[in-house]
Amino acid sequence: MNPLLLWFHKFGSPPYFYRVAGRWLPWLYAVALLLGAWGFYGGLVVAPADYQQGESFRIMYVHVPCAWMSLFAYGFMAINGFIALVWRIKLSETLAMASAPVGAAFTFITLVTGSLWGKPMWGTWWTWDARLTSELVLLFLYFGVIGLYNAIEDTRQAARAAAFLALIGAVNLPIVHYSVVWWNTLHQGSTVRLLGPSKIDARMLWPLLVLAIATHVYFFASVLARSRAMLIGLESGKEWVRTLATVRVPHV
Amino acid sequence: MKPGTTTAACVALLRRDFKLIWRRRGDALSPLLFAIIVVALFPLALGPETALLARIAAGTILVAVLLAMLLSLDTLFRSDLDDGSLEQLVLSPHPLSLLLACKIFVHWLTTALPLLAVAPLLAQLLHMPADVLSVLLASLALSTPLLSLIGAVCVALTVGMRRSGMLLALLVLPLIVPVLIFGAGACDAAQMGLAYTAPLLWLSAWLVVALVAAPLAAAAALKISLT
Repeated sequence: MNPLLLWFHKFGSPPYFYRVAGRWLPWLYAVALLLGAWGFYGGLVVAPADYQQGESFRIMYVHVPCAWMSLFAYGFMAINGFIALVWRIKLSETLAMASAPVGAAFTFITLVTGSLWGKPMWGTWWTWDARLTSELVLLFLYFGVIGLYNAIEDTRQAARAAAFLALIGAVNLPIVHYSVVWWNTLHQGSTVRLLGPSKIDARMLWPLLVLAIATHVYFFASVLARSRAMLIGLESGKEWVRTLATVRVPHV
Repeated sequence: MKPGTTTAACVALLRRDFKLIWRRRGDALSPLLFAIIVVALFPLALGPETALLARIAAGTILVAVLLAMLLSLDTLFRSDLDDGSLEQLVLSPHPLSLLLACKIFVHWLTTALPLLAVAPLLAQLLHMPADVLSVLLASLALSTPLLSLIGAVCVALTVGMRRSGMLLALLVLPLIVPVLIFGAGACDAAQMGLAYTAPLLWLSAWLVVALVAAPLAAAAALKISLT
């Protein structure tokens, strides 16, 4: 078998995942912390103040990476939900459900930092602009997935039902992304482009990109940690969990 | 019609569901009363000023109708689950999505049509301009089947839960937000004398997609929650 495919198959097995994820976790957290510190230093200290917004533009170093992550986490959840529904892979169910609260937290932070910035800049905490509304709907979609998952007693059935809901809700993702293009309202269009030149000074841009990587790494660390804990609960009757619980092996 | 064919099964299901609702026709009236009461609350809360009520009339009626339908969604599979006929539907050799489409159709016909019929009365209660009424009816006619279809998928996910009311609202309402925005947008545009066909066409497009996709999704969801 192709070594990559073999690794992929092995990774789907809960005991193997538990061990490998446990080994990765400290590194992921360390990288997220270091990159986060570097990015915040660059964003809050090194980057020059904006010519128009002054110092308050710096809130974007929290707002923008979290906003990207709110969409990324939902996409991750939906893709894992799809895998869980089609191929019935237990690990995908766990990963999908583990990313829901993390994504909801990112969405919440996006909304809060956005309104903190909006008060001095727009003169209002909240406005019913397309981007803001669709992000709020995204938060409620996350809550719906979490609520459905918690409401069904059988964990695996709950995960499949919630994954299905996450898939349906994924229609909101393009609406959030393109809302600033389709509706020309208060929220500004995208400044940072993957393709073509960004409309932001390079000295302001690099901390943003560093923080974007940091939030991605943090997201994966958090999801892996949550999945490990959920897998122990899910597999509590299995042999490997019993040995884990009885034989004291530190940090494996 | 030969017995045993899919058509015969659908007709039998339709006839059964209509008969069940007819036998309990008092219950079928409650969404109607709910919508009327909710609409009547707004003049009491905001004051009877005609201009203000006329301004908010279309949106209020849309919200009241959508909430009334949301409350009635819970009954879509409830009694069928209790007497075990829902499992028989899942086990039957006919396509489950088609059978569910029949049930959704009955739900729309028995809850949304009366609401549509009472909409002109609600419009009068809120002093809505007469020329907006046709646009309101059109957007209601397009958005209520969408709610029945999307709602059915969510009900199928929560079927079997004892207290699913609040959760159902949490699942359905975010998904129904675009429908509400475009439905109310059409009425708003009509009220201001602008072109209103674009939002109605959007609603129609979604309705076409939902007509095909939602019964399939509801069948898949029902299979998840009945395993």
